[in-house]
Amino acid sequence: MPDVNLSVNLAGVTLKNPVVVASGTFGFGREYSQFYDLGELGGICAKGLTLHPREGNPAPRIAETPMGILNSVGLQNPGVDAFIGEELPFLRRFDTKVIANISGNTPEEYGIMCEKLSAAGVDMIEVNISCPNVKAGGLAYGTRPKLAAEVTEVAKRHAGSTPVMVKLSPNVTDITEIARAAADAGADALSLINTIRGMRIDVNTRRPVLKMNTGGLSGPAVLPVAVRMVWEVAQAVDIPILGMGGVAKGEDAAQLMLAGASAVAVGTALFADPFTPLKVRDSLAEIAGKQGLSAVSGLTGGVKPW
Amino acid sequence: MSRMKIERKCEILEKKQLGDAIYMVLGVGDIVSTSDTRPGQFVHIKCGHSRLLRRPISICEWTGSRDGDTLAIVFEVRGEGTAWLARREAGDFLDVLGPLGNGFTIQDGPYLLVGGGIGVPPMLGCAGAAGGSSTAILGFRSKDKAILLDRFASDCANCLVATDDGSLGYHGFVDALVRQELGKERHYQGVLACGPKPMLKSVAKVAEEFGVPCQVSMEERMGCGVGACLVCACDMADGSRKHVCKDGPVFDSKEVDWDA
Repeated sequence: MPDVNLSVNLAGVTLKNPVVVASGTFGFGREYSQFYDLGELGGICAKGLTLHPREGNPAPRIAETPMGILNSVGLQNPGVDAFIGEELPFLRRFDTKVIANISGNTPEEYGIMCEKLSAAGVDMIEVNISCPNVKAGGLAYGTRPKLAAEVTEVAKRHAGSTPVMVKLSPNVTDITEIARAAADAGADALSLINTIRGMRIDVNTRRPVLKMNTGGLSGPAVLPVAVRMVWEVAQAVDIPILGMGGVAKGEDAAQLMLAGASAVAVGTALFADPFTPLKVRDSLAEIAGKQGLSAVSGLTGGVKPW
Repeated sequence: MSRMKIERKCEILEKKQLGDAIYMVLGVGDIVSTSDTRPGQFVHIKCGHSRLLRRPISICEWTGSRDGDTLAIVFEVRGEGTAWLARREAGDFLDVLGPLGNGFTIQDGPYLLVGGGIGVPPMLGCAGAAGGSSTAILGFRSKDKAILLDRFASDCANCLVATDDGSLGYHGFVDALVRQELGKERHYQGVLACGPKPMLKSVAKVAEEFGVPCQVSMEERMGCGVGACLVCACDMADGSRKHVCKDGPVFDSKEVDWDA
């Protein structure tokens, strides 16, 4: 394989390669560290944190759908303090970037968590304003430009020098509106897409498969939506994008990068194959090499629209 | 750090129909000899390219040998994934992750091994691990659904059967037989159970009445199978939610919230 430079820059943070793992699919890294060295990853978006511990939603929390899955975990997590005390030191043992993901009930909660995480020295903070599985906060902030801007501002004010990346929801009419609001409020980067709200019904019992009735759709089924939204957002803002949604192979990641993403996240595909991120990384390098690029970052924004 | 987890292609060495279920023996290389295999653990099997989620299947029994380890699994067709799996034949290869989860904790027997329906096969591994002195209580819907009886008869000191329709053995549910056995003088180390949740609940209740420790193997829809995605939540008596794949599938029955 030709020598292709894999490193990319995401809001001032250098990732050794453009493949990170998506929040909520990788826990805090402990489980997948039993398969390979986490230092192989460009970065790890850790499981979504809240100010206080949460037990999440009742099971069933997952349903398989055509080329996708629905989940309704509901932000089960040990809380930001337990993350800093017990999980972050573990993640720090690996040569990879640690991106903490946070959800708040109020802008103030986002602020408190940013302060704690910045002081703890995470590499980046991903501000989740798009979780479809919680009642308070979450998605509400991600569907209204004014609220998205407010949360972004508060997060930035409390994050010190730690870059803030705002995670956008696809469950909106015009994602560029929210993207612009977050960018104008000072976001250093955007990540998209979170899951798309969906539902599956067991025809025999007439019950929704998920105990919460609805959940968030992810997996290859959402890739085209992600590519389209990354493309739209890339044209609307000047800040870097972490693209995600259905990435299972190098070509998927390349599509997101061509659409405008600086880096990509792998999520659902991990469940079928824990080694997916490494395969995507290698395949991306091969694609870039074949196209005569000296760096994989050369793919970013390279789409040639008709 | 715990042992490295393994994902590998495993050949189906043998396949046969067992009542409504399918019994498969997989050639798994050195998975058994290099991992801490325990009864009650499961393997997470990829069921074709179009299905994103693996299917967790309990391990029935295993062998370790220089020519290659084997695992036996028994499963019923429940949906598209297991239907795909049921169409595989001897000589085909499966993508297997495992063994995963925490199995039963077994010291020297005797134990009371309680299995219901497709929850019966994992108890066979328990019978072997407990050293042959245990009593098996196996529940089926009817006589034609009864499986592995000869194996339990040879691996246990005693094997009792209950059927819902009375076509074989005791007419009724297994918890009545559990009550009968625990009421005898024999000293059981504990009750080990695998089966539908209502069965586990009633068995756990009887064990608690007699003050006998009880371990139960829980089931839930799973994602990653290793504890990262947190979808297979199990409600605990203390109000917390643990995860069947990583914290379980085997739990102390007193830990579980049976009313959830």
